Amino acid sequence: MESAFSSADLSAIWLTFKLAAVVTIILLLVGTPIAWWLARTRSWWKGPVGAVVALPIVLPPTVIGFYLLVAMGPSGPLGHLTQALGIGLLPFTFAGLVIASVFYSLPFVVQPLQNAFESIPERALETAATLRASASDTFFSVALPLAKPGLLTASVLGFAHTVGEFGVVLMIGGNIPDKTRVVSVQIYDHVEAMEYTAAHWLSAGMVVFAFVVLLALYTFNPTGKRK
Amino acid sequence: MIHARFNLSYPGFALHADLQVLAHGVTALFGPSGSGKTTLLRCIAGLERTANGLLQVKGEVWQDGANFLPVHRRPLGYVFQEASLFPHLSVRRNLEYGLKRIPPDQRRVQLEQVVEWLGLNKLVGRDSPAGLSGGERQRVAIARALLTSPRLLLMDEPLSALDAASKHEIMPYLERLHGELDIPVIYVSHALDEVARLADQLVLMEEGRVIASGALNEILGRLDLPTAHLDDAGAVIEASMAAHDEKYHLTRLDFSGGSLWVSKVERAIGSMVRARVLARDVSIATVAPQGSSISNILEARIAGIQDEGPDRVALRLTVGGKHIMLSRITRRSRDQLGLVPGMEVFAQVKSVALIA
Repeated sequence: MESAFSSADLSAIWLTFKLAAVVTIILLLVGTPIAWWLARTRSWWKGPVGAVVALPIVLPPTVIGFYLLVAMGPSGPLGHLTQALGIGLLPFTFAGLVIASVFYSLPFVVQPLQNAFESIPERALETAATLRASASDTFFSVALPLAKPGLLTASVLGFAHTVGEFGVVLMIGGNIPDKTRVVSVQIYDHVEAMEYTAAHWLSAGMVVFAFVVLLALYTFNPTGKRK
Repeated sequence: MIHARFNLSYPGFALHADLQVLAHGVTALFGPSGSGKTTLLRCIAGLERTANGLLQVKGEVWQDGANFLPVHRRPLGYVFQEASLFPHLSVRRNLEYGLKRIPPDQRRVQLEQVVEWLGLNKLVGRDSPAGLSGGERQRVAIARALLTSPRLLLMDEPLSALDAASKHEIMPYLERLHGELDIPVIYVSHALDEVARLADQLVLMEEGRVIASGALNEILGRLDLPTAHLDDAGAVIEASMAAHDEKYHLTRLDFSGGSLWVSKVERAIGSMVRARVLARDVSIATVAPQGSSISNILEARIAGIQDEGPDRVALRLTVGGKHIMLSRITRRSRDQLGLVPGMEVFAQVKSVALIA
């Protein structure tokens, strides 16, 4: 029997993990300040910003993909910017895929973080201030450590959700081997070509991956056990 | 001096406080719940931001119309009602949290010293504050605040969340701090017994306003203030340990108004103690009582009388010229004895509590 995965499959798996890893790191950097702001602000803008962040949960991925494609295209604002910067156009590139995935997975990172930040008592932050910690010092020495379970949930969900996306990838990335062809697209290709055995291997792999990740999350993350 | 003036209003509550107190010893902010004590303390800490507040501590402006020193720049310690230890840090790291943020040349206390003061030797090695009792947590919180070498210590009802046993456990530490530390303390409380034990100055608050402030006994002895009419109203007397009566297991306390016998206390002769005499434990005789089981009888002069409900009156007495005591008797007794201000009487003290 041949190896379960062809070299094209392996390349898709590698690309998927690379994409998910890069996207998760960016999302933690971008999502944490957004979540902190959403958790603590009393501004009128909290509602609208929270809704925009949550949009990808309810919108079909094709809608997000479509608008991002337009925005990144030659006559879109992002497209103008990237062309002016000499980067060229982003659709059908790995970078374009990363940007699209960041938008698409944003709520899965921001919401657990926001919940974690909201559950930190105001008193803990006030205590830190009376112990001479500035606002940023308090954030790093008290808020982030107390939000650790939320950070873990956010990272896992952001990573897993990026691994699992299909629609946005197809709209923005297309299907270019080694550049934008991730596992979900590769499975689609296999099915189109009636290669059911190959599709089975990859699909089963995805199921096992998703199960193990979520099991680990629910088993080891002490969310809710904290007082 | 500490001068604080804050105006603040929320729906249903307004604070209009103007306060000048001495910047040494313990100043108690006392009043019923909702009177604005905690809000005033939070304003002093900078935790509540008011538009036109004023705060001067020993001549330094921490806040006025143009300037607002943020909380983390104010050299103060704050002990909250509940200990608020950081759950993600070990006990030692909790203690070090503020200490680490103070430049070494501004540290006036060492960790070991404070650990010793608050009896934390056995707790300082704990990995987490989770297993500590309420009293232990509060002691760690007090130590943590002291380690920032504060120039003003603010305490917001630090005992009120504790059970009676924990209160009993922590009180001696608070009294020691009072004796050994040269840091002015502002202590919020709604328990008169705590105030009587700890405070040197008393600030009374009611509905967001300061209604009186001054030396502890001066305020406690004023018949026009609500403190004189609380169930556990009473006066505080600073006295010195004079002698022991080994046979009957008693100790004599001397003050300029006379002597008081109390159950024997194991303290050095000559040391100063604080005794509390509740108004309800003081009865009045117009002639020197004979054949009484009450051994503490002081010559006193009635300085004031005020009705206190339909059946009772409160008396303000001066003992030895300057000490003030309160007495609570029935209105009938007042009339039968013909008590009027200025009269020389005998105050029979049924019970004296040594409180510090």
